[in-house]
Amino acid sequence: MKHAITLRIGPATFRIGSAWPQPIAELARLYAAYPDILGAIADFTVRLQPASRLRRYVRPSIFITGDHGLADAAPMSLAHGLLAAEMGMNLQMALGWRRHLLLHASSVEKDGRALVMTGESGSGKSTLAALLGERGWRLMGDEFALLDLDSGAILPFPRLVSLKNRAIDVVAQEVGETRMGPLLRATAKGDIRHMIPRADAIARMGHGAMPALLLFPRFGHDPAMRAVGRGEIFMRLTQASTNYVALGEPAFAALTRFVTGVPARAIDFPSGDAAIEMVDRLWEEHL
Amino acid sequence: MSAALLVRSLREPAGVAGLDATGWNALIAAAKAERLIGTLACRLDGIAIPPAVRPILDDARRDSAREAQQALWEADRAALALAPLGLRVVLLKGTAYAAADLQAGQGRFIGDLDILVPREVVSAAEQALIGAGWEWVKEDAYDDAYYRQWMHELPPLIHIERDRLIDVHHTVLPLTARQTPDAAAMIADAIAITDGLYVLSAEDRVVHAAAHMLADGDLQGGLRNLWDIYCLLPETDRAALKARAAHHGLARHVAQARRLADAIYGHGVRLTLWDRLIRARLLARDGWGRETRKLLVFAFYVRSHWLRMPPLMLARHLWIKWRKGHRPQ
Repeated sequence: MKHAITLRIGPATFRIGSAWPQPIAELARLYAAYPDILGAIADFTVRLQPASRLRRYVRPSIFITGDHGLADAAPMSLAHGLLAAEMGMNLQMALGWRRHLLLHASSVEKDGRALVMTGESGSGKSTLAALLGERGWRLMGDEFALLDLDSGAILPFPRLVSLKNRAIDVVAQEVGETRMGPLLRATAKGDIRHMIPRADAIARMGHGAMPALLLFPRFGHDPAMRAVGRGEIFMRLTQASTNYVALGEPAFAALTRFVTGVPARAIDFPSGDAAIEMVDRLWEEHL
Repeated sequence: MSAALLVRSLREPAGVAGLDATGWNALIAAAKAERLIGTLACRLDGIAIPPAVRPILDDARRDSAREAQQALWEADRAALALAPLGLRVVLLKGTAYAAADLQAGQGRFIGDLDILVPREVVSAAEQALIGAGWEWVKEDAYDDAYYRQWMHELPPLIHIERDRLIDVHHTVLPLTARQTPDAAAMIADAIAITDGLYVLSAEDRVVHAAAHMLADGDLQGGLRNLWDIYCLLPETDRAALKARAAHHGLARHVAQARRLADAIYGHGVRLTLWDRLIRARLLARDGWGRETRKLLVFAFYVRSHWLRMPPLMLARHLWIKWRKGHRPQ
């Protein structure tokens, strides 16, 4: 395609092609600190192509596809090209990654141990991981945690952190403007702004950590904490994984090991600061 | 053209030694787009490849092994559901190749389960499958009626728990097609592989694959169908194949499939002008995995409808589909 870039995030390499220059230029700026792998052989191809011939020029609109695509995916405005590229990469991972068990979860690391946070979109797991990443933890990823089938370690996938609506200002204040992407207004998921992870998160994106604590965060409630039964944890994690079925028995074994070995709590919190206080307390208790 | 690179690599796996990163990216993208990545992975087994390519092919091999396992399980479940009817359940396409352990099944992508049963028992088979947990996918009354009146298969059924589709065929081509293959003879000459499960004879496998590719459809996935045919041909007796194709009224299609398979995956052969058009359509894929030659692709899409229906019926069908909001891509 006319405009292209190759990116490596954690263990995965993406070749992203676009009919327009803007999305590639934005990726190049925001991923500038990531390894330079121009011309590498990619695990996945992502294509940002015009939704129709007309839509290349008139009200340009992007159809996201690649090695894996969804035929009925809604086209996106070129103004949201950066988001389209991120969604394209996520789509390849969700549908095509086979080398680890993929958990829809954020993760951070401290003292060589990993904290994994899983929940629906809007649960606050991305924001919490972003904030922890600024306060003494290493950000491992805000979207996918990769569970190694043999070692049981969590491997990082530190793509740009995707922040939505109210979380944008909270995190932007903390990290400063230079590490923030453009504000993408009125996307299908509301306002979105991307954050560049800290240099240490990128430098150590090849290094995994054994999981020590699993949290099910829920933003927007009075502070509360409850234990979660193993059966429920197992079921919720299979639902949070897009490749659990595809990986077959090794995934069952790895997930069983994870669920039996890693303590878990559900936490409700009204604000980021309250959540961080709870996380720090739980971390002390479990280590 | 990266589809050309794909067929060259399937034909001569050792040739990949000369590829640079751009070449590999193009080859992998085309192989994934044509759903031949598992086949490619098996063909490149034992060949020196760059370290970055190894895990991609390992993933593809593992995926195809899982698909084969799932497909055989679906076949087993269908056989169990249909056992009370005491009929021959003939497996078709990918599941058949995996069940009979044929070369065409090596690394092959397998989607739905396709079975062939005698036309007179097709309603009983449908009832038996519904009793065993399959249900209709198509909600649309026109589509449902269309399938039942004109197609060579029932409307697709999906299993309520396993989420897998089954296509129950009672013949090889739509009833509106110009050729009328002898499905009863295919079933009569099918080969038992397990209790109740059968595959077509070697010759009928080629006839079926050629009919599917060249007498029906718009050549989407044509490179994969042709690879099947290329792998199935050596198992046939050439004279028997010719006679069998003639019996089914598909002599021309089978002869063309043989020419194309030889030209694209084999040692080369003289092609007619019409063969060359099909080859151009089959190879319409670029280094990003995108379809190229839009006009040619669209022409084959139009042809697929022309093959399927007489003109007046086609006009009515397109009108109904248009009103329901369907548009060609």
